[in-house]
Amino acid sequence: MIFDPLRGRWVTAAAAAALVFLAVYPWFASRFMVTVLVQCLIMAILAMSLDLMVGYTGLASLGHAAYFGTGAYAAAIMSVHYKMGFPEALAVGLLAAVAVTAVFALVALRATGVYFLMITFALAMLVWGLAYRWNSMTGGENGIAGVQRPAFIAGTTAFYYFVLAIAVCVFAFFAVLVRSSFGRTLMGIRESESRMRTLGYNVWLHKYIIFLLSGLFSGLSGVLWVYYDSLVAPPLVDLGTSFDALLMVSLGGGGTLVGAVLGALIFKMMENLVNLFTDRWLTVVALVYITVVLLAPQGIIGLLRDLAERREARVKAFGAAGRADAPARKEGSR
Amino acid sequence: MNFWITQLFNGFSYGALIFLLAMGLSLIFGVMQVINVTHGTYFLVGTYVGLTILMTTGNFYLAMLGGALVIALVGILIERFFLRRLRGNDLGQVLITFGFVLLLQDAILLIWGPDPKLMAEPKSISFTANIGGFTFPSYRLFVIAVAAAVAAGLWLFENKTKFGSAVRAAVDDVEMASGMGVDVPRVFTVVFGLGAFLAGLGGVLSGPWLGLQYGLDLEILPYAFVVVIVGGMGSLKGAVLASLIVGLVDNFGKGFFPEFAYFTLFLPMAVILAVRPQGLFGRTL
Repeated sequence: MIFDPLRGRWVTAAAAAALVFLAVYPWFASRFMVTVLVQCLIMAILAMSLDLMVGYTGLASLGHAAYFGTGAYAAAIMSVHYKMGFPEALAVGLLAAVAVTAVFALVALRATGVYFLMITFALAMLVWGLAYRWNSMTGGENGIAGVQRPAFIAGTTAFYYFVLAIAVCVFAFFAVLVRSSFGRTLMGIRESESRMRTLGYNVWLHKYIIFLLSGLFSGLSGVLWVYYDSLVAPPLVDLGTSFDALLMVSLGGGGTLVGAVLGALIFKMMENLVNLFTDRWLTVVALVYITVVLLAPQGIIGLLRDLAERREARVKAFGAAGRADAPARKEGSR
Repeated sequence: MNFWITQLFNGFSYGALIFLLAMGLSLIFGVMQVINVTHGTYFLVGTYVGLTILMTTGNFYLAMLGGALVIALVGILIERFFLRRLRGNDLGQVLITFGFVLLLQDAILLIWGPDPKLMAEPKSISFTANIGGFTFPSYRLFVIAVAAAVAAGLWLFENKTKFGSAVRAAVDDVEMASGMGVDVPRVFTVVFGLGAFLAGLGGVLSGPWLGLQYGLDLEILPYAFVVVIVGGMGSLKGAVLASLIVGLVDNFGKGFFPEFAYFTLFLPMAVILAVRPQGLFGRTL
């Protein structure tokens, strides 16, 4: 039995400890650190949504900034231009994200592999192009500022708990989803699309549904971001965001929701903290990209698994060698 | 009438510049199946290297050659030591090329600083040409000439040399080419170096025209992707035609629908993706 870092009793304990830590975090953390964690949690929702596609279904999307950005821009436009309240703006943001996903997915799902990467990347440029140039609606390069949170989540701590509650719900929902028969089917598609098709599964429909869900929750993440930051501008929708989301998934370990959360946490923490010490943030991120791809393609969770497997193998090898060597050693010592 | 001629010329010449950037991207994708996001940054670093060479030697043609060669070397090193190890890992390859975008961008900030810079046109071609009663800035004619020469050279290379036919074979089917005795790793390195060379060359040529500014790389990269998708991956004919379409659509789009300038460019691309995913002249997927 190989030790799996994602199974076993200690996982329940670790999850409970993490929840307690997150719940009491604002009691001892500074305002700055609470804000950083808000960023982490919002990005964790984006990373988990992307992981449903990349890690669980094998659909590497290089354009998730589009769905994230559509949610963010739609909510900001509704809030600032049309003076809508938070619930209405949230609803419009989610609807817009789903609508864009519904169309883009139709086009993108015609391709597989590297062409899928290319097409999702190209489609995302449409949204970026609109955000960048449609001045009267999106504010062009300046973006839209002045999105205000409603009174009940106006404070940093209140907003932190609000985002935390949503992130925990999303995590729980996704965890149930990937363990359901639907989720198993997705993993089957990841392993062998042709086999699942032969078995009678509607592969296309499964991919389309998971794409829609992923787009919806990326949109949710975008809406939360705009209410956190109070402004939205084109860099939020550009390819950097798409890549960063993919990096978060890869960094933590694709195909594990915990990995996506971990990746988002580490990435956003790093971004905020490294900036305090050096101007060379770009180089630091670049090195993270290169290192993760070359040395930890399965992410941190993958490294933990490797470590555990190696230890298991060593224990076994030592046990076997011990029996074989024992008499020889005795003779030698004599 | 004058307006139309001028606008057509502007679009045409911009298309010529985009061709230099997009051709390499198209070849790299067609042959190696690598989405080289670093390509726009090669272009911009090429511009900066060209500027430095121009400032030290005062010779624009030397700057063109030097900028292109330095970028070709950078590309070959990245291909040889990083991309080659990741063959078959599409996601890993594209992630690492983005890592190099960030690394090179930081290099630009460190070496040349964040402020926009200007580059002078070479004196010998800094005049306006009068053709049939219309005046054209001769520098842009020069860019068109260079792009045309590159296209012709590539055509000769692909169709008249043995190595060129190996490259075409690799575009069609890498495994089959390998089976027929084509030295695929060498083809990969040459194609990547050639693509980077063209990006660097285009970058230096863009200097006196677009100026030098941090962030320009990711602004121009989408144009190259539109060309690759519309024209078809790896196709020379497709890249030439699509570059001209992109140049013209962009120019007229910016003129007539400024708010939807990128949209008018990306929407035809999305339609082509939906209807004909292999592009106008690409091989069937």
